Amino acid sequence: MTEYILCFILFCIGFYCILVKRNLIKIIIGLGIMEYAVNLFFILIGYKYGGQFPILSKENMSTVMVDPIPQALILTSIVIGLAVTCFMIAVALRIYKKYGTYDVRELRRLKG
Amino acid sequence: MIKKPEKGMTIIVKTITRYTVGLILLYGIYIVLHGHLTPGGGFAGGVIIALSFIHLMLAFGKETALKKMSVKLSGILESLGAIIFVTVAIIGLVVSGFLFFNFLTGQKPNINSFFNLFSAGIIPLCNIAICLKVGAGLFGIFVALVFFEMEGKND
Amino acid sequence: MELQIILVFMIIGAITAVELKDLLGAVIAVGAVGLGTSIAFLFLQAPDLAIVQLVVEILSLIILIRAVGMKDEIVIPKEQQLISVFPVIIFIAIFMYFAVKALFEIPSFGSPLMKVAQRYLESGLNETGAANIVSAIILDYRALDTLGEATVLFTAVIGVLAVIREIGRIKQK
Repeated sequence: MTEYILCFILFCIGFYCILVKRNLIKIIIGLGIMEYAVNLFFILIGYKYGGQFPILSKENMSTVMVDPIPQALILTSIVIGLAVTCFMIAVALRIYKKYGTYDVRELRRLKG
Repeated sequence: MIKKPEKGMTIIVKTITRYTVGLILLYGIYIVLHGHLTPGGGFAGGVIIALSFIHLMLAFGKETALKKMSVKLSGILESLGAIIFVTVAIIGLVVSGFLFFNFLTGQKPNINSFFNLFSAGIIPLCNIAICLKVGAGLFGIFVALVFFEMEGKND
Repeated sequence: MELQIILVFMIIGAITAVELKDLLGAVIAVGAVGLGTSIAFLFLQAPDLAIVQLVVEILSLIILIRAVGMKDEIVIPKEQQLISVFPVIIFIAIFMYFAVKALFEIPSFGSPLMKVAQRYLESGLNETGAANIVSAIILDYRALDTLGEATVLFTAVIGVLAVIREIGRIKQK
């Protein structure tokens, strides 16, 4: 139970960073921390005490294993998270070239 | 005599890169091909192959790396990966009624071929297709982000 | 026991990343959090995910350092926050109250319900021929999800190239 609560605290730290900070790169860092917390939570749900990793071999044919379905789903989620981070950085570079700053409050004042 | 400025990083980094970048590429190919026997698979191997080309670009400069794998070639490889993946799915649909049907092993795979390298039907083919797509796509993103100039305001 | 130590290390790293004024230091602290999750995946018996998380973390660090660059950000003297801190803490407290209330409904840590997964584990080798059950799931039993993921990656690459491309402007003399 304490593992779930620690995972929620990590999620809340990322959430706080998105709401309060005013630098664009800090907002992207906060989104990254939220992503790590969500991926970790799914794998925590699928853990079984005394389970093995889900790979069979000639010596190890027992089937007391941890849950393999959350692992299969989170595998694609990690690579998609990387693609979304790259896209956010591309938009941030464009904003820096046009306005000269990463500050979010300046983006509302300068027009065109 | 005018000396041309040195591109890339110092000579220590360049020497180590010459020895290790081929090994990193080989390791990535190993992880892709053994995806049905050991941990790894197409996604991990694709990202490792992209990282080996990025390592070459960071150590030697942009022009040297782009001679080995140009932007046009990486676009062709990424589309090739997607086409192979969808073709394998549609062949499974044509052979029997299900999409992604494992047409190389059928309903009952051969029991002598477990734990071998050439086993498990379409799974190695799909791993290679995913590796091409992920590796070429990430290398394309990296080249686009590096060539973008940040200085100079737009007006 | 080791899992809780790694989680506390990740929380300390995340607090450092959020509160540092120097951008380069914050990026390195986020790298430490990512490597911490890779070790946590190893403790939770998921070696596939540990490899993928490690290499994805390295690539994301390279791209974040490209965005930060080597320039020095001048700290503006009067630091007004975008929203003041007190309502944010109340909001997060309400969110955590409801989250902890929902936590008591899911099965306790270490004993998951595995109805579909039990069938995949027992007959995975005989139906597909692959020894790695996670590969068999993403490429044989649930291959449609992998097709969706390939589409999302393709869209992300096209999106980045469309944003970065310089739109040519013909200057009128």
